[in-house]
Amino acid sequence: MADPMKIRANLVGDSTEVKVLMSHEMETGQRKDAQGKTIPAWFIQNVAATCNGKTVMSAQWGPAVSKNPFLSFKFKGGAKGDKVVITWTDNRGDKRTDEASIA
Amino acid sequence: MRDRASRELRRPLTGFALAVCGLASALTGVSALSQTSAVDEIAKYRAALQEGNPSELWEARGEDIWKQKRGPKQASLEACDLGLGAGVVKGAYTVLPRYFADSKRVMDLETRLVYCMVNLQGLNEADVVKTPFGNGNDKKSDIEALVAYVTSESRGIKMNVSLDKPEERDMYRLGERMFYFRGGSHDFGCVTCHGADNLRIRLQDLPNLTTLQGAQKAYTTWPAYRVSQGELRSFQWRLYDCFRQQRFPELKYGSEASIALTMFLARNANGAAYDGPAIKR
Amino acid sequence: MTHRGRSLMQALTRVAPWLSALALTMGAIGCATAPGDAEISARAAQVLKSSFKERGQAKLDRLDQDDTQRLCTEYAGKPLPQSVIDKIQEENKSTLRYPADGKLLGDWKNGEKIAQEGRGMQFSDDPAGPVGANCYACHQLTPQEVSYGTIGPSLYRFAKIRGYGAEMQKYAYGKIFNAEAFAACSNMPRFGHKGILSEQQIKDVTALLMDPQSPVNQ
Repeated sequence: MADPMKIRANLVGDSTEVKVLMSHEMETGQRKDAQGKTIPAWFIQNVAATCNGKTVMSAQWGPAVSKNPFLSFKFKGGAKGDKVVITWTDNRGDKRTDEASIA
Repeated sequence: MRDRASRELRRPLTGFALAVCGLASALTGVSALSQTSAVDEIAKYRAALQEGNPSELWEARGEDIWKQKRGPKQASLEACDLGLGAGVVKGAYTVLPRYFADSKRVMDLETRLVYCMVNLQGLNEADVVKTPFGNGNDKKSDIEALVAYVTSESRGIKMNVSLDKPEERDMYRLGERMFYFRGGSHDFGCVTCHGADNLRIRLQDLPNLTTLQGAQKAYTTWPAYRVSQGELRSFQWRLYDCFRQQRFPELKYGSEASIALTMFLARNANGAAYDGPAIKR
Repeated sequence: MTHRGRSLMQALTRVAPWLSALALTMGAIGCATAPGDAEISARAAQVLKSSFKERGQAKLDRLDQDDTQRLCTEYAGKPLPQSVIDKIQEENKSTLRYPADGKLLGDWKNGEKIAQEGRGMQFSDDPAGPVGANCYACHQLTPQEVSYGTIGPSLYRFAKIRGYGAEMQKYAYGKIFNAEAFAACSNMPRFGHKGILSEQQIKDVTALLMDPQSPVNQ
């Protein structure tokens, strides 16, 4: 199982600001190792965020996103104590879900 | 959110503004615009990096390792004395390196962590120092994670390295002399790049480590997440990699020279608030 | 410590941190004598050597200092006495070797490649791989290259400013071969004397500086 994400969710006015730090190699599939062999692509393809079970953000990523990606987004609504759940899945089928309460 | 972010934003820009002024006067009939804009763009990139420092991932992993019962003795590192008493992590980085009575030697953070892992947890030293510098998902370094955690607990606290003990003074003097050691195929020493103000190698600004300001700015921002490495890098790594580029052989991990140089630089940074783990290119 | 003492310490620390450490030491242990510079330098060299291990092409003999390195280390952080300057410059001057065919200029296009090449002689480098001079790490050269360092002076318009004659060619070649023949304890590597660059490579870099067609002189 991949390393946990660090999630911070804060209520700012009438919106919730979410910042997520993910641990992932995000290998593009273009690089070659010292022996000249291509290092296989390994990157997050889908990110989904829900708040109280409702989808508030979804993203489709590609190899252009850097290693250990930092994601920041806002959504209207949310209240202190609500649970924000983030899930990512990568091209290998690996998956990681973490959550945080809105502060 | 984190006011550290706004402080970080201001500082690199000031440094680059100074560099731009210096550059403008040094250029003679060359495209000044392309030169200063290159430096400015890098400054903008650095400012944008400050949020979402991946070192937090290492800090979280390090905290877990610190608290975990490990090794044949099934003990956690929570009994480890980093210099401020057993288990005291907060502020510990600001008093290291220091002389420890139990080991009868001056130790920096990394050698002290190794010492605790071996003596408190019963782990094998060769195993512990096998991968001091991580490389990707498959080759992680426990020490780098621990370093990230311990140093994060010193954020905002003023550097306060003591030279009370004769062993500490001796280490400082040795480190200072090593800083000036010219050697290898290229006659390089630390002083070659870090001995004067306003120098840069290619477009990388170089801190003057012989001055208070230079040493403070440099030492308080290591360890750091090195974007180009995709890894959290410690001060032992920084020394190891400097020597590699100086065309020296390989610096042994936790060697006396590494502790001496760390002592010299840490002490010279006294008075400045520790600001790591940072993020660098 | 008194307020004046503290201010003095702060000033000392700003100027030379080692001075303040020394002052602390001497204050703490009374009238003791500090170890001489030569003694500390010797011990530092010893501890350094035991703190390294060989790797790749970088063997431990790289830490054996020659006279020049030893003197430059001993006097570091202090002004060099004239006698020491003369000794170092004379010793290094005696190592200068010029091409047998008398032609000091090679191909500036190749010189530019050598100036850009940062690899060579690190333990991470392939011993059979390219060895460069990495001039741009420290110097400005062609106007097209904006990514240059400032550890050394700008070399832009080198010959345009100084002249293209034979004497200047000899000086440029000599400086690249062994910079310390002209400036004791220079930060610049001794590319010829230490066997970093070949004779042809030095000719090529000399051409980069001295050829009227070189972009450095446009």
